This record gives sequence, structure tokens and C-alpha cells, in this order.
Amino acid sequence: MDVSIRNVRKEFDRFPALHNVSLDIHSGELIALLGPSGSGKTTLLRLIAGLETPTDGSIYFGPEDASLKSVQERNVGFVFQHYALFRHMTVAENIGFGLKVRKGNDRPPNEQIRKRALELLDLVQLSGLENRYPNQLSGGQRQRVALARAMAIEPRVLLLDEPFGALDAQVRRELRRWLREIHDTTGHTTVFVTHDQEEALELADRVVVMSQGRIEQVGTADDAYDRPNSPFVYGFIGDSSTLPVRVENGEIWLADRTVGLQVNDVPDGNASLYFRPHDITLLDGCGGCIAGTVATSRRVAGTRRVELEVGGSQHRVEIELPIEHVAAERSRIAFRPTRWKVFPDAQDSTA
Amino acid sequence: MTYAPTRWRFRQPSVIPGFGPALGFTIAYLSLIVLIPLSGIALRAAALGWSGFWALATDERTLKALEISFGASLIAAIVNVVFGTLVAWVLVRYRFPGRRLIDAAVDLPFALPTAVAGIALAAIYAPNGWVGSLLAPLGIKVAFTPLGIIVALIFVGLPFVVRTVQPVMEEIDRDVEEAAATLGATRLQTVRRVILPGLMPAILTGFALSFARAVGEYGSVIFIAGNIPYVSEIAPLLIVIRLEEFNYAGATAIAAIMLVISFFMLFAINLVQTWSRRRYGYGA
Repeated sequence: MDVSIRNVRKEFDRFPALHNVSLDIHSGELIALLGPSGSGKTTLLRLIAGLETPTDGSIYFGPEDASLKSVQERNVGFVFQHYALFRHMTVAENIGFGLKVRKGNDRPPNEQIRKRALELLDLVQLSGLENRYPNQLSGGQRQRVALARAMAIEPRVLLLDEPFGALDAQVRRELRRWLREIHDTTGHTTVFVTHDQEEALELADRVVVMSQGRIEQVGTADDAYDRPNSPFVYGFIGDSSTLPVRVENGEIWLADRTVGLQVNDVPDGNASLYFRPHDITLLDGCGGCIAGTVATSRRVAGTRRVELEVGGSQHRVEIELPIEHVAAERSRIAFRPTRWKVFPDAQDSTA
Repeated sequence: MTYAPTRWRFRQPSVIPGFGPALGFTIAYLSLIVLIPLSGIALRAAALGWSGFWALATDERTLKALEISFGASLIAAIVNVVFGTLVAWVLVRYRFPGRRLIDAAVDLPFALPTAVAGIALAAIYAPNGWVGSLLAPLGIKVAFTPLGIIVALIFVGLPFVVRTVQPVMEEIDRDVEEAAATLGATRLQTVRRVILPGLMPAILTGFALSFARAVGEYGSVIFIAGNIPYVSEIAPLLIVIRLEEFNYAGATAIAAIMLVISFFMLFAINLVQTWSRRRYGYGA
């Protein structure tokens, strides 16, 4: 089922949570809404489910306007961060609930509901636990039951709100892989919310990066990581360092010396240079470079992370060096980014 | 969680010391306050001998009074469960001006001398009172009938249900209701299948407390009941009447029967509660 979000705005008591968001989700896609808390990602998910109503704009499921329908009529599967299982029902009763509350001819007979519940339990690899109560299950098992329950109603869209947020790291990784497998088997259009970029980049076909109620970038993991289109995305996804620079005639200047990098699509004026700590080359001499003194040096897994003070102590950038590099305290290091991006400062673009 | 059969142990290991003194104190205290006075009743009843006791117990006036007491208490407790749960729902789920006041007013039956409540109710529900005069044309008489007893018992029992259900209701996650909605359940289905079963243990507790309170109630009832033998005479009143007649044996017999019935009813409710708590989990 294609889902199309068109110019949706949402305000809570006059406080804007989403500004004019538009997004097209293709049928069968696995999409991640990624952003820091307060970015509006959960609000967007709840709007799709119908748990919130948009202040403005509409949401289409295929050709029909779903915003006119109630939650019950939308037929979406929703998985909550804290499972939200019915604790007075067994696992099988939980999964069958959505079928049991149907009316008239839509309601399958009891044996069939039970059969369907067992099938789904098999799909989520919890066969044999059908008569347990939720408080007899571990967190990871509960979330699997919640997913089975959501899938039991043959939802048109599957929505997951930080589904692994309450689980420990090991279980998260395992469930992440497992969710991808389930998605590939069942082919549901799936949207999940997360603030964990590793989860989003690893799991999703496309990642929607959100900040302050706006969509910053939509793209594959490669797009988001290698071709960030805004300073926010550059800073939010992966590690990055930034320096205030000046652009003059396509040449990048750091204070009074040139960095040795050229740009041609950035107007003259103040700008910010972004690069990743590992995308650099060390230079011996400094005929166009960034130079700084070593402030701290840490060994992180297979590399050495060095924090450099550039231009006195005003700016600190982080770079990654091979472990062999001594990077003695207060020693001077010169380098140049190999992959980088310059974003003109906001006030200059409006001037 | 598994319920593997564990060997019964007298003492559970605990980091807090003082098991011995604590248990000793509890038993001594309960004995002084509850067990010894109650066993007095049992002893006095036993002194009557089986046939004597039986004759007193099966006295028609006694049986009728017990029937009225337990019947009215049961009806009052059921009414309180329905409307007390509703009051708790309103207090927990809605924000409106005066909510605090209403919340505080729920406790008034706890604090008010029950005689005052009885007189006030009698005044209002009497055929010439505010409410009574409205009901009289419909042919409904409340004051000085068994209906009046029920009204008084509802009054004294209400806070027990509200105060036991309210905190548990506050703990119910919005998530669970939203989950039910996304699965297609209507509001009614959500309340019936999801919310109420979760509240069952608390509702049962409220029921038991309200019922127990009603069985023992005396002050408020005697003012509104009219106290007509065989019609609106409650068992506690009959005990007092027997005492005033210096008929201690008769009083003891009624007391002993009340004690036994109350104990078994509360015990049964307790069993149901334990069972439902294990199943449903809320407030466990």
C-alpha cells in the first residue's frame, strides 16, 4: 500500500510539532523516521495511524484519503515502544484480539482465530508460548508478540514506534536483523521511528531524517551518510567535525590561510566546513591545510581519535589517525579533508 | 516466571532483621484487638448448646433480619461497584473545574458520623423531603422501607470502591487503549475487553470492602430504615434490641451467625481476588 503524506501540519496547543511535511512511501518499503527527540517523528507516525489528527493537510493510503477515517477503520498495525500488550490475555488471545473484535461476517470463527495466532507465533519464532501471559515473557519476546498482534489484522501499513527502544543492546541487534527478515517475508509497507541512527541505517530501505518538525533529508543509508544535504544531517548522522570558514572566489579560507580546497557552488562569504574524522590525509608541510595542536588523544578500537585545537583554542575538531601515530600532546598536526562539504551560513544566504 | 513447586518454608530470608519480634507482635496485637473479642462470641454461643443455639438462630425475626442485612449489603455493594467505578473513571480521565472538590467529597462518608448521614438521608428521602417528594408521586417510597436501607448502605460504601479502583485506573497506560483502537476495537469493546478485566482485582477489593462495611453498618441505617420487624429491621439493630431486653443469648446467637457468614463471604472474595490478581496482574 502506497502511503502519501501531503502538506501535513500538526500543532499541539498552538505549539507546532510538524511544519508542512510531505512524504511518499512506496508499497512494500521499509522506512525509518530518524531524528532527535522533539523532531516530530513520533507525531508523524501517530498521524499516519490516526492516533492524532492533522491540523492541516492529508494522508493518503493508496488512492483514498485516510485522514477522513478513524483509527479503527484505517487498519494499521501499530507496535508501541513499551509493547502495550493486554496483560490479562494469553499470548494467543493477544494476537487474536484484532480478529475477535471484528463484527459480523468479517469475524472469523474461533478456531480459525486460534489457528492464525499460532501461525503468527510461529513466524515470530515463539511457538509453544501461546498460553503464557505477557508478564511471563522477556522484553524481546513481548515485542515479538506485539508485532504478531499487529500483523494479525493484515494491516495495510505496519507502524513501529521505537520498537526496540526499551531493550538491551544485544537483543536490539538480534531483533533488528529479525525484523528485516520478517519484512522481506511478508512484504508489509513498514514505517518505524527510531533515534538510533545505526538502527535506521542498517535496517531501512530509505531513511527520513527529521529535525524540529521538518524533514531534512530522505534517502538511502548511503545518501544520508555520504551525501548529507544539510548541516543538521551532516552533524546528526555519523561523526563529523566542523569549522567556520570563509569562501572567496571558490577558495576556502580558514582565518588568514587557505585550506587548499576549492568549491564552485557556494557563494562568497562565511560558511561552515564539514568533514568526517576519518576522511582526511595528513600533510607534512602546510601549503594549504588545516593545522592544529593536539588537545587530547584517545585510543578507540582500531584507531586513534585526536582532538585538535585549530586557531588557538576556539575550535576543536576530531580526526582519526592510524594507531602508529604518536600524536603527542601539544604537537602540531597538519591535515586536509578528503571528503567534505561546505554549507554557506544562514545569514549570508539571506543577505 | 514459572510456578515451580517450592518447599514450604516458615521463614523467608530477608535483609531486614526482626522476623521473630515482628511476627510475635503481630499475633499478640491481632489477638488483643480482634481474635480474643471475637472468640468471646464463639464461646458464649457455644455455651448455649447446639439445640438452644439452633432455636435462637432459626427464629423467624432473626432470619428475616439477617436476610435484610446481607441482602441489602449485597445490593448496595453491587450498586457501588458500578457507580463507584464510574466516579473513579470520571475523576481519573477528565479534567474539569471542581474536580478536586468532587475528589475530596468522595471521602466524606468516611468522616461523617454515620448517624448524621442517616438523619440527613432520612430527611431528604422522606415523603415530604426534597427527593422523597419527587419520588412519592411515582409510588416509590425510600425512607422507612428496605430501599432506604440500601440507600444508606450505598452512601457509606461508595468511597471504598472509588478509593481502591482510582489508583489502579491511573496506572493503566494510554498505550494499551491505543493498541486496542489500532486493532479495530471500538471504544465500548476496549472498555469491556481491555480496561475492565484489568481493573477486576481492584473492583473486587472495592466490592469486598464496601460489602463488609455495609454488613456492619448500624448508625445511618436505623434512622432511615423505619426498623419495622420482618420488613426493615437489620441484624445489628436486632442485636441491640436483644441486648436491651437483657436477652444476651439471643444477641450472641445473631452475632455468631453474622460472624460466620461474613467470614466465609470475605474469604471467598479473597480467593477470587487472588486468582484474578494472578491472572490479570494490575495492582499485583
